[in-house]
This record gives sequence, structure tokens and C-alpha cells, in this order.
Amino acid sequence: MKLDARIPSGAIAEKWDKHRFEMKLVNPANKRKHSVIVVGTGLAGASAAASLAELGYSVRTFCYQDSARRAHSIAAQGGINAAKNYQNDGDSVYRLFYDTVKGGDYRAREANVYRLAQVSVNIIDQCVAQGVPFAREYGGLLANRSFGGTQVSRTFYARGQTGQQLLLGAYQALARQVSAGKVEHHSRTEMLDVVLIDGRARGVVTRNLVTGEIRTWVADAVLLCTGGYSNVYYLSTNAMGCNVTAAWRAHRRGAGFANPCFTQIHPTCIPVAGEEQSKLTLMSESLRNDGRIWVPKKADEKRRPPEIPEGERDYYLERRYPSFGNLVPRDVASRAAKERCDAGYGVGTTGYGVYLDFKDAIDRMGQNAISERYGNLFQMYEKITGEDPYQTPMRIYPAPHYTMGGLWVDYNLMTTIPGLHALGEANFSDHGANRLGASALMQGLADGYFVIPYTLGHDLATADLPTVSENHEECRRTEEEARQRVERLLSIDGKRTVDDIHRELGRLMWNEVGMSRTREGLKKTIARIPELREEFWKNVTVPGSGEHLNQSLEKAGRLADFLEFAEVMARDALEREESCGGHFREEHQTEEGEAMRDDDNFSHASVWEWKGENQAAELHKETLEFEHCKPTQRSYK
Amino acid sequence: MRFTLKVWRQNGPGDSGRFVEYAAEDISSDSSFLEMLDRVNESLEAEGEEPIVFDHDCREGICGACSMMIDGYAHGPERGTTACQLHMRHFKDGQTITLEPWRVRPFPVVRDLMVDRSAFDRIIESGGYVSVNTGSAPEANLIPIPKDIADDAFDSATCIGCGACAASCPNGSAMLFVSAKVHHLNSLPQGEPESLKRTAEMVMRMDEEGFGNCTNHGECEVACPKEISMRNISRMNRDFVRSSLLARVFGSNGNS
Ligand SMILES: Cc1cc2nc3c(=O)[nH]c(=O)nc-3n(C[C@H](O)[C@H](O)[C@H](O)COP(=O)(O)OP(=O)(O)OC[C@H]3O[C@@H](n4cnc5c(N)ncnc54)[C@H](O)[C@@H]3O)c2cc1C
Ligand code: FES
Repeated sequence: MKLDARIPSGAIAEKWDKHRFEMKLVNPANKRKHSVIVVGTGLAGASAAASLAELGYSVRTFCYQDSARRAHSIAAQGGINAAKNYQNDGDSVYRLFYDTVKGGDYRAREANVYRLAQVSVNIIDQCVAQGVPFAREYGGLLANRSFGGTQVSRTFYARGQTGQQLLLGAYQALARQVSAGKVEHHSRTEMLDVVLIDGRARGVVTRNLVTGEIRTWVADAVLLCTGGYSNVYYLSTNAMGCNVTAAWRAHRRGAGFANPCFTQIHPTCIPVAGEEQSKLTLMSESLRNDGRIWVPKKADEKRRPPEIPEGERDYYLERRYPSFGNLVPRDVASRAAKERCDAGYGVGTTGYGVYLDFKDAIDRMGQNAISERYGNLFQMYEKITGEDPYQTPMRIYPAPHYTMGGLWVDYNLMTTIPGLHALGEANFSDHGANRLGASALMQGLADGYFVIPYTLGHDLATADLPTVSENHEECRRTEEEARQRVERLLSIDGKRTVDDIHRELGRLMWNEVGMSRTREGLKKTIARIPELREEFWKNVTVPGSGEHLNQSLEKAGRLADFLEFAEVMARDALEREESCGGHFREEHQTEEGEAMRDDDNFSHASVWEWKGENQAAELHKETLEFEHCKPTQRSYK
Repeated sequence: MRFTLKVWRQNGPGDSGRFVEYAAEDISSDSSFLEMLDRVNESLEAEGEEPIVFDHDCREGICGACSMMIDGYAHGPERGTTACQLHMRHFKDGQTITLEPWRVRPFPVVRDLMVDRSAFDRIIESGGYVSVNTGSAPEANLIPIPKDIADDAFDSATCIGCGACAASCPNGSAMLFVSAKVHHLNSLPQGEPESLKRTAEMVMRMDEEGFGNCTNHGECEVACPKEISMRNISRMNRDFVRSSLLARVFGSNGNS
């Protein structure tokens, strides 16, 4: 596997401009003749599909939900960053670039991040023009807030529903192209594989989730915009259907998978209540602006929070990090909560929770001010837990939330398979080892609206594209393999449900490849996963048939891929003998328990190559150069 | 807690469908309604039986996938709550709960509690957007929008497209859904130029899809998990009348 990042030469601020000029264009009259498949209609997929259709390409889109509008992007709450500097508070493209590289703990590619910061400003223009109702000031101009501990206010938001409003904007742009006949959209259709012809991605195999029909679609290029893999942990803040299938199947066909161990555990989620729990709910990070986090000083404390006097509370973030206090970055806050709970100071019935207390803020500003800021979050908390956070502190605990790792892509967003591109959370590109708040929405839309419309044109203009049909033998073969897999899943007829095995995998990954990882634990996990995989293929039960809507079958297919993917994730974590961003190895910490990076040996993206069934994947490295952001040890003390 | 469920099971649009009873045993009052169903489904699967099919994804009340009539109420009896956000602590131990799919003609049953809501997508395709190509947008702060107007547009824009409004309406009307989108876009300067055309085409499409008329029952507003206001409907009617008048006078609906 050859890793050529294709970073344009020249000064960082001019690379993208220069590259846009140097790339080949597709003749407008020929665009219509080029067909493009876009898998996924979240922010990345919908924005890409709409923009490409506007340019004249013939686009086909797929999603597994019943409508393009329901992609998981809809759930994003807090906001989207852009270097508009409307607040005149010192922000700039360069500062957003710098913050993102530093926040990612120096494990992202500078050139990509710089471009992201550059196009961030266009995103806001585009969305406003589409009618996205962002929050505004009384003067009618756009409002901003500060988010995720940055020192400038660059986050644009639509109350607590920013993702919803941005996705509806992109979905509506897509709908316009559907009605113009430029996009053919397929809901309730899951991609099961990519088809390679002469080494280039020329199509996908899908299963119609309603009729069960498995078939191939060919095209000149394929875009995977299929989101992240947090559901490998079973419990996460992701939607139930989020999966690694599309990315993993592409990996098995030759696409390098980069940094699978870089996962983000979000510190403020509602804790697990019991065995029946099916997913976790995020409470926006913004709550940490006014809430104070604490646990009792006494282990196994039985008193209710108001009965615990001030002197018997441990505001551990304020104690450990006096200068940042409750606003330390996500990874630091999450680990600190785990440390207290593991030591026996956790609260709630399970002992895995900490208090997020608004009492001081309410006393200081009044209940109305707090309700104005966080009303919808308080309400959501109450709905789920039955407790009123105005009266008693919230209980929170970290939960898997976002995955920085993903398919390796070059500067043009192309994977190691020619013609196969990855956008949004599905790729690994911009966030290094840790993503800053409000930057995922920015990246998804940057990729879709402003990067791929240029870079895909270059790929199509320079590729050799003989005419192929769905009857090509590679199509037939890939389709047949997908069909056999489905049949195999249906024929096992074992004793354990899909969810039961998924819960076991999730527990294993959460304990050993979650917030903190050890050499020993990872080795144990790497040995355990193949056993669990075997258990699955011998003993899972998938009732019903493949010829109609079968939700057990859908879940089984996704779990089968998670069971393969989990192994490379654990291996990646084992191989990376350092602590950086979301990846914390207990062997690599300072005396005070802070993460210790090793720039001499690990300043690279780890890219895994599939070597075949039951063969160890091969590790390749893309060395990262830092010309502008000189790596420093992060300190929040 | 324990419950008896009477669940509508239907193999597909062609099947006639029937109620089947299930026992939900040993349910924690902290679990959500869908988690209670998961539990029943897992025990069915363990016995090799096919689970009850229902739509769901985010389980946070925002994607609009979940959709079922619970004891005759869309998303259940709690106001402003989607089925996925409903929790068992609001039910009585031992209660019998009846589950049915949305029953409105333009939403044919796919299987059990799952329906086909693509009619809503087609309504949006008919005009629920602003015609702006990527890259051609002016600077975002060029047109200030008064905060109250932006906030009001936002309120309408929070519709999750679940279909509870149409499912609860005695006439099977989708006016709340359509008017929320129309008002969101028509009230903003960016959407204004196409407002009359948008209104006319979306309303026409709604009729073609087979949704009924609005006769002001108000069930939609009560059922809406996002508490979208019926004021959207009267505002849309005004635009619709304007657009039809213009069509009569000029042979076109205003800004086409
Ligand atoms: C609760 C929550 C809150 C968040 N808040 C913020 C925030 O405030 N700011 C921020 O910047 N980021 C936030 N994020 C992160 C951000 O929302 C996501 O990273 C981003 O929306 C991902 O967009 P996407 O387009 O890459 O993928 P998604 O939106 O996940 O879309 C994936 C698409 O792929 C399709 N798909 C997947 N697999 C298949 C398959 N096999 N076949 C066919 N189709 C498939 C799906 O149907 C869907 O259309 C949040 C995330 C969560 C979970
Ligand atoms: S599952 Fe998304 S709104 Fe209920």
C-alpha cells in the first residue's frame, strides 16, 4: 500500500488556491455523462450530492434511514465553528487552523486543517443563504458563542439543534436536485460492498431493506459519507443504526484504515441506568460553562447531594486544573471522572456518575438566566432521568461519542482505492487524536460543499473510465459474496441474540479500548475478539428471511463487521506506545497522571492494510510534518 | 414493572394485519418505551420468532424516525415527547398498552408499526428549499434578520417530519408539516422571493399525495412532539390565497 498524501507544494495559505488552479476540470458538457454514487446523506453526503448535482453530474444517493433527513448529523446540538471573526476577538483562519491542530494533539495533517479553516467561512454564507435559522443578536446579525474551551467566540448555533438545522439545509438542497432529476435517491438501502473493476471503485452492492433485493449499481466514482463507528462500544451517543460496514467493506477491498484507536469519549452524558439501556444521551458541553463538577470526598457516600456539606465535596477538576477548572478539554475531563469513579467516589446507583451542579450558577444569576441558556437540555435530562436539575445536581458520566479515525484519504479526499472517496466522520482527515467541539459539522460540510466538488472533477478528468455495466463479472462476484453472507447469517440458528453479543463486545471495548488502555488489557482483548467472532458465527440467532424487511438481519450484518473492525482498533491502540488526545495508555503518563506524547516515535498517522481473513493487518505510516504548529505538551493546570 | 402489549402485526402492505398480545416482564421504570420494546423483541428473537418492527434511530427525539400510536395517541400520552423519549415511569404497573402504526392513507404500512413516509420527502422536493447553488451565497451578515423573525422561523424549522400530525388528524391532513416548512422559509428574506410559488406547489403536492384538508380540529398541534404551532397553518393559508389570486389574474402563481 502506497500512501501519497498529495499535499500541494507552496506556502500553506496558498496551497488550496494553487491546487484548485492546477487541477483538471471536467468539460461542462461531459459532466452529465459522469455518474457518481454517494453513500450516506448526513451533512457530508447530502452537501456533496447536492453540490455535485448542481455542477451537472448524475448522482445516486443511498441511506439506510427512511429519509435522507434523518441521518445522524441531525442530532448534533452545540454548534459549528467558522473563522468569521464577527466578534473581532482575535480570531482568524490561522487561529482556527492552529487551535484545531493543537486540539488534535498534533496528529493531523496541517495542509488539510488549514484548508478546513479557510473554507469554514463559506459554509456559514452557504447555510444562511439556504435559510438555516442561526441564532441572531438583537441587531439582526449572527450570534456566536465560545465552545469547547477556546478563547474566541467562533461557534455559530441554532439553539440546541444546530445539526438538525444544518442537515435540513443540506437535505433541502438535495431535495431540490432530486426534483430537478439530477439526483436519484434511495432510502432504506444499505451498502454492503464496493465493487472494484481494474483496481478502481466503480460501484456498490446494496440491499434494499424493504424488499431484501441485493443488487449492484455502477458509477465512475464512489463517495463514502457513512459516519463514525462509536457503536463498536454498543452504548454510545450515536444513533442506533450507525455502523462501520461501509468503511470496513471498503477496507477489506483495499482502502487503508487510519488511526482506528482515536475515539472521543464525551465527558457530559447521562450515565447508564441499567442493563436495558440501548443508547446514551449527550448533554451539551456548554453546560460546563456554568455547572461545577464534583463527587463526595467520602467513598460510598449515601447522603443525597444537598445534604453533603461544601467541605465534604471534591471539585476534582478545579482541584487538579486550577487554571482551566471545569473547562478542561473533553479527553481530560472524561479521564478525571473515570479516575474518581474507579477509586470508589462515583455517585448514582451504579457508582459510575459524577455531579454537575448548577446551584452556584442559579444563586448567582437566577433560575431564569439558567433556563434561558440551557432550558431544553434541562428538560431533556428530566425526561430521561425523572430528576429536576434545577433542584438537584445532574449526574453525568463520559460516553463514546465521535471517532477521529476512519478511512485514510489524501488531500483530495481519495482513499487508497482510486475512485473511492471518503468524507465527513467516515474519513480520518482533520481532527488528529482529539476533535474540538463544533468542528465535526464544519468538516462534514467543508468536505461536501467546498472540497469534493473540485477534487472529484480532477479525479474524473484524469481517470481512465471504460464503460462498465452491472453485468460485469466483478459486479456479479461481489454481489454473490454479499448474498452468501446474508444467507450465512440467516442459517446459523443459534441461541444468542445479536444485541446480547453486541453488548459483550461493547463491554470489552469500553473496558479495555475505552478511556484508558493498557498493554496487558489490549493483548487480552486482541485474543478475545476472535473468540467472540467465532461465537457469533456459531451461535447467533437471526430469525426471519432475507426476502423482506428484517431488522435482526440488519443488526447482525453490522455487528459482524464491528467484530472484525474491533480487532484492528485494539491493535492500533496497542501499537501506539504513547498517550495522545483520546488515546490514553496508562504506561505513558506523567507522575501526576497526565498524558505523555511521544513525538519522536509516533508523529504519524497509522494506516492499516487488510491482508485477508484471519491474517494480521499490516501497518503503514504517514509521517506528519509540523511546519507551523510546533508540538508542545498540552497543559491545563 | 410488567405490561401487556397489544401490538399490530402486519407482514406488508398487502397483508391484512392483526393484534397480537405480548407480555413485557421485568421492566425497569427507568427504561424508555423503545427499550421496553427491545426487551420484548429480544425474548422473541431468542425463541426464533421475528421481532416487532418499528422505526427508530437517534432515540433522542430529533431524527423523527420513531412513530407509533400508543394507546391511541401519536407518540403516547405525554405532551411534547417522541416515543423514543417516553419513559416507562409514566405508565402504571400491570397496564395494557395498545400499539398501532400511523394510520393515514399516504403512509402505507411497510411492516408492523413501520410506515412509508416518503410522501413527506416528495412534498419537500416540490418546493421546500431555497434555490441557491453552492458557492453563490453572499456574505452571511449582509442581510440582517431581526432576532424575533429568526427565532420564529427557527421554531417552525424544528419540525422533525415524523408524521404525528397527519396520523392524529381526523382528516389525515399534513397541513402542520407543510405549513411549518413553508413558514420557516417564507418568513426569512432568503426564502421570500420564492414564497408564493413554494406555497402553491407544496400544497398542491400534499393534495396529490392524498392527504386530507384541514378543518381546524387542532389534534395535530396537541400530538406534535415538537409543539409546532397551528399558527403556521393560518399564515400559510394567507400565502396560498395570495398565490391563487395571482395565478388567476396573471396566469402564474406570482414569483415563478
Ligand atoms: C449527540 C451528538 C451531538 C453532536 N454535536 C456536535 C456539535 O455540536 N458540533 C459538531 O461539530 N459535531 C457534533 N457531533 C458530531 C457530528 O454530529 C458528526 O460527526 C457528523 O454529523 C457526522 O456527519 P456525517 O455526514 O459524516 O455522517 P452521518 O450524519 O452519521 O451520516 C451517515 C450517513 O450514512 C448513511 N449510512 C451509514 N452506513 C451506511 C450503509 N452501510 N449503507 C448506506 N448508508 C449508510 C446513513 O444513512 C447516513 O445517511 C455530535 C455528535 C453526536 C452523536
Ligand atoms: S428515534 Fe429519533 S426521534 Fe425518536
